[in-house]
Amino acid sequence: MVTTTNNMNRVVIEPVTRVEGHGKVTILLDEQKQVQQARLHIVEFRGFERFIQGRPYWEVPVLVQRLCGICPVSHHLAAAKAMDYVTGTEKLTPTAEKMRRLMHYGQMFQSHALHFFHLVSPDLLFGFDADPAIRNVIGVAAKFPDLAVQGVMMRKYGQEVIKATAGKKIHGTGAIPGGINKNLSIEERDSFLKDLDQMIEWSRSALKIAKDYTVEHLEKLAPFGSFDSNHLCLIREDGAMDLYHGNLRAIDAEGNKIFDQVNYQKYLDYIVEEVRNWSYMKFPFIKSIGAEDGWYRVGPLARVNACDSIDTPEAEAARKEFMDVTKGKPNNVTMAYHWTRMIELLHSIEKIKDLLNDSDLQGTDLVVKGEWRGEGVGLIEAPRGTLFHHYQVNKDDQVTMANLIVSTTHNNEPMNRAVEKVAKDHLSGVEITEGLLNHVEVAIRAYDPCLSCATHAMGKMPLTVKLVDHEGNLLDEKSK
Amino acid sequence: MSDKITFTIDGVEVQADPGQTILEAAEQAGVYIPRLCHHKELKPHGSCRVCTVLANGRPMASCTQPAAEGMVIENESEQVTKIRKNLIEMLFVEGNHFCMFCEKSGNCELQAQAYRHGIAAPKYPYLFPAREVDASHPDIFVDHNRCILCARCVRASKDLDGKNVFQFVGRGKDKRVAVNAKAKLADTNADVTDKALEVCPVGALLKKRVGYAVPVGERLYDHKPIGSEIEAKRS
Repeated sequence: MVTTTNNMNRVVIEPVTRVEGHGKVTILLDEQKQVQQARLHIVEFRGFERFIQGRPYWEVPVLVQRLCGICPVSHHLAAAKAMDYVTGTEKLTPTAEKMRRLMHYGQMFQSHALHFFHLVSPDLLFGFDADPAIRNVIGVAAKFPDLAVQGVMMRKYGQEVIKATAGKKIHGTGAIPGGINKNLSIEERDSFLKDLDQMIEWSRSALKIAKDYTVEHLEKLAPFGSFDSNHLCLIREDGAMDLYHGNLRAIDAEGNKIFDQVNYQKYLDYIVEEVRNWSYMKFPFIKSIGAEDGWYRVGPLARVNACDSIDTPEAEAARKEFMDVTKGKPNNVTMAYHWTRMIELLHSIEKIKDLLNDSDLQGTDLVVKGEWRGEGVGLIEAPRGTLFHHYQVNKDDQVTMANLIVSTTHNNEPMNRAVEKVAKDHLSGVEITEGLLNHVEVAIRAYDPCLSCATHAMGKMPLTVKLVDHEGNLLDEKSK
Repeated sequence: MSDKITFTIDGVEVQADPGQTILEAAEQAGVYIPRLCHHKELKPHGSCRVCTVLANGRPMASCTQPAAEGMVIENESEQVTKIRKNLIEMLFVEGNHFCMFCEKSGNCELQAQAYRHGIAAPKYPYLFPAREVDASHPDIFVDHNRCILCARCVRASKDLDGKNVFQFVGRGKDKRVAVNAKAKLADTNADVTDKALEVCPVGALLKKRVGYAVPVGERLYDHKPIGSEIEAKRS
């Protein structure tokens, strides 16, 4: 929708489509149709931090995952890890840790497959400004049926892994404070081994599609919504990528370490969240750098940029190939997220293969207990980036404080910058069309944001673009 | 002359011992009558009315009504099922029952009755009452949000545990289970091994720190509906 006031135009895209959750974009144009400002607004509200107060701590991993239907496993595990710490669990049993890891890699695999095949592939296969009637998952299914089927089957495989480890495909109960409530039966293991080679093969081909597309269109993609940024992720003690557990590492746009191997129980010494009056989503930044320049990116791009290696052979080879493009320096191209996401897709299925062949998964020692601490932080690398859960629990076992910093929240500032850059580069001084507005959404989609997670949905899904004048009057609004 | 009482349930002849309730006689014959406040180790209470049957055309609580010679009982007729569904739905909206994260889920009798009766969502508006939790006891968690006022804990504490820890206070919509102390459960002599805790049909009285130890797929009602163990007795 476009509205005009005082010769200023406000374009609104609402809702933003093919993202998880509900958001809108507002674009402010001046008299010469030059973009003055563009913002991504997250219009949902999350109340979880408040309404889990008073609930018993063992309930939290199951309760809090309800804030998302897309990657509940990440919240389930982050909360369980926090409650491990609260209850003083120093180290899980091998069966418990490996079952949780299997659950997590299953989640990563299905989430990345869903995003790539169903949400993003229409843009890559048909073009950013292709006819919206075909630029969707139905269009992909019609023209590239093999790809569409692969997406569905890969997602199904990941979901079945989740069911076998968590008890249900969505919102399971597997991870409990101090461990896990089940192991993997031989029958379950064998059912996954049967289709494993096919999944690996499809992951390789998905990676190839993402890589070839990025390399082939690098000239166009390199400046598209791109900018230098810091990157943050969990890292294993030897510097390798670890999606389940590790310490915090932050690097700058050149790859210099801002901090490294930070115990995440002390995250508040390193990360601060800023509140702005136009969004329900906070803006985190690195404390030592400050709000102005301390923002950072998380997710596949940050993880591949920041790690020293990947501990599975095919994903490591793919990482090296990716890093060669920027001669070993961090890659700050926003659209490179897709390539790195597919590197992680392959890494996840390689990890699933390793785990399925590990007899620890059939162990029966599932839970350990420790000395009560009463406070704990749990971090995990969710599909969309680093996820923080922080809780305080009183002596009666009730939660008294909760703070969640969700992956999409870390990416709030980068997404806003991407939106503004794309709007300025593509919408200034031209007649605004649906195809051009989709460019804005393409930049948002690169981050695979989960807007409902980042705030929390009180209502239904999707995104809007608004055009406002310099005094804030609404000039136009486009909803999908 | 036989000392057995003969009556019919849904047209099938059933025999009862003198003094046996309709529900007990039905159970003996492998006929399941849904119930919530009834518990085989406790005296009948007749408060939830989920076990309502039509006895000679009149609605009666089968857990308190003795079987009588020649009685004609309707247990699974459309009319009876409708009464029970309405009662179960009212129980759901009167409290704050969030099955999706309740640790009793899969083992909860209220949830199991809803599944058995095909209740996907209640038709009545939710009341969302403001209710308390009591976490003061070191080993027991009390969540009044989930209480259905079945009085199982009240009866078990008094009759089986010999303690009288729980009692009803208030009237009508303000009725609730209170503890026999100045303020909290921690001030009573309740113990985690008490029968009162074990017989709670919902997630209102819980043993602390157990949570979701039983995985999905191994819970009481994951594979078979509530009552199927009684129906399996039917020859």
